[in-house]
Amino acid sequence: MTKKQKKMLARILSAAALMIALHFAVRAFGERVGEPVWFLLYLIPYLTVGYDVLLKAGKGIKNRQVFDENFLMGVATLGAVAIALIKRSGDYTEAVAVMLFYQVGELFQSYAVGKSRRNISALMDIRPDYANIERDGELERVDPDEVEIGSVIAVKPGEKIPIDGVVLEGRSSLDTSALTGESVPREVLPGDEVISGCINQSGLLRLRTTREFGESTVSRILDMVENASSKKSRSEAFISRFARIYTPAVCLCALALALLPPLFFLLRGQAPGWSDWVYRALTFLVISCPCALVISIPLSFFAGIGGASREGVLVKGSNYLEALSKTRTVAFDKTGTMTLGVFEVSGIHHSSMDNDQLLELTAHAECFSTHPIARSIRKAWLEGVRFLDDGEPAGEPERPGRSLDEARVSEVREIGGNGILARVDGQELAVGNAKLMESLGVRPIDCRHAGTVVHVAVDGAYAGHLLISDVVKPTAKEALRALRAAGVTKTVMLTGDGEKAARAVGEELGIDEVRAELLPGDKVAAVEELLDKKPERSVLAFVGDGINDAPVLTRADLGIAMGALGSDAAIEAADVVLMDDDPKKIALAVRIAQKCMRIVYENIWFAIGVKLVCLALGAAGLANMWLAIFADVGVMVLAVLNAIRALFTKGLRRE
Amino acid sequence: MKKSYKIEVDCANCANKMEDAAKKTPGVKDAVVNFMALKMHVDFEDGADPKAVMKEVLKACRKVEDDCEIYF
Repeated sequence: MTKKQKKMLARILSAAALMIALHFAVRAFGERVGEPVWFLLYLIPYLTVGYDVLLKAGKGIKNRQVFDENFLMGVATLGAVAIALIKRSGDYTEAVAVMLFYQVGELFQSYAVGKSRRNISALMDIRPDYANIERDGELERVDPDEVEIGSVIAVKPGEKIPIDGVVLEGRSSLDTSALTGESVPREVLPGDEVISGCINQSGLLRLRTTREFGESTVSRILDMVENASSKKSRSEAFISRFARIYTPAVCLCALALALLPPLFFLLRGQAPGWSDWVYRALTFLVISCPCALVISIPLSFFAGIGGASREGVLVKGSNYLEALSKTRTVAFDKTGTMTLGVFEVSGIHHSSMDNDQLLELTAHAECFSTHPIARSIRKAWLEGVRFLDDGEPAGEPERPGRSLDEARVSEVREIGGNGILARVDGQELAVGNAKLMESLGVRPIDCRHAGTVVHVAVDGAYAGHLLISDVVKPTAKEALRALRAAGVTKTVMLTGDGEKAARAVGEELGIDEVRAELLPGDKVAAVEELLDKKPERSVLAFVGDGINDAPVLTRADLGIAMGALGSDAAIEAADVVLMDDDPKKIALAVRIAQKCMRIVYENIWFAIGVKLVCLALGAAGLANMWLAIFADVGVMVLAVLNAIRALFTKGLRRE
Repeated sequence: MKKSYKIEVDCANCANKMEDAAKKTPGVKDAVVNFMALKMHVDFEDGADPKAVMKEVLKACRKVEDDCEIYF
């Protein structure tokens, strides 16, 4: 508890004690002591617990902010006192109790919100406090902000890695659970890239930093989560609009309730019953505070986003959490999303020269490309994978110590999405898909195996093709089943790969629709077409690995980037970031969002419902201030407790 | 220019009011108050001096919520 809260608690307790004492005192000496004395005595607990409310109400009026809750509580309680005075009932308990409970509610709210804020921040407690930098052979603790790129830092067992870097020395296992929600530790060896926020579990590691602290994974993630709840969802916007109308409206109703019925009775010549109607109006004022709503909705979202980040799902705003819960159509990229994206050359067919020679030429033509397929071709040649005459790879690679000679390559032109033209050893090489071959007037020979086929033409003549295959992720099939269980009605796979390879993966996984041979621009068009066709008011999500699909991520209703640790472009473009590359996390994210939205709606309906019922009862004279205070404080407490539920995600993961 | 500031405020409705007040302050293009993170993100108009504008923002916020605080 903060100092402010402790002081409040002391005020509440002493006022409550005074009240109880007074209650018994009235019973014992009620007859013997005069009315004004009791009034003054009751004033003590009332002012003890409520003086700040009255002060704030006064200031509010001065600043022309009439309809704030302090004003409402001030008017309601002073009104109750006035009625007791006029009626000479001597019943001041109610006014004091209303003020007391109001303050209890405020205290609870501030405590609960503070507590959950701390809980959620603790979940995200991945911020490292220091870095061990080596100076003259000794380790020195410094602020991670001061470490420059390229510095060498040491991470001892049990410490957090403060800055992204590459391992120079040492081997260890890393606990990545705070970042990815994945509990299996990751083994690292020298040369491996490591990301900040992981906990070093076993051995001493020496790292060379590759980023500044502010640009490191851990800082970017914290930034994102902190800013997430600033992007407001439609439900939140609705609530703040509602609150703005609700309070003045209820106050006007209260005024009407206090004045109109008594005047009506007066005109008919009956007893007006002023005090009764004014009392009813005052209960209205107590109910009119919108706090339960205003606090519980953002708190639900905050808890939902916090719970999701614990599972390795970063949601960049409440609005995206809302969209995620309505996801009905999911479009995937294939490579890196549904498949591991680790390619291997699994065959060389129809080669017009020696298999190894064809591989050598192709590897050189692709030597500047960063595409995963190009990488796999280079790797196959560098490692010396032998291919038999029937095109199958034979036995273990030989590792002959080959290296690529870039000087043999010139005039490299990339033909976006189709392949590469290059001159290698003076020969004109074309490496790419069937479309590239046809555009050059070469007739490609189709492959009967499933996989990505890379055709090669040398000096305008067909020279054979390389078959590249990718491995489907082990959890992909289950991921699609889980998505369907979470309410997704349509799944589409978009890929630049050949029809046959794409169909094989699509069928294996049970994907509804497969669109193959798409260029990056075609993917945007495909998503636009799907957007037109999706069910109304549902959301289309696109899941990609963030490598050259940033435009598609932006175009879809909801962009989900996967395995995005370390990929800046993906974190920028996506609305939801899955920290590891397990496709099952997509369904988990949808489920977390759905649970959070269910809680949000529960809170909206519950709070508005109870308030309306109490307003109706109050108008009919059936509710007293005790009920009104429940409608205000009780609802708020329950709504806050309900909101906290959004933080718990364990049950969802098991499903 | 965008900047974010740490704030202190007790209730969510008050945070909403602070947001409204900050938005209406001259020199502020847009403002968002994040009650859960206790932060205020302010987008200043071109050429505005953040320090001077924030003084006005704090004044405006104090009017709607007496015991709020903005650290700048």
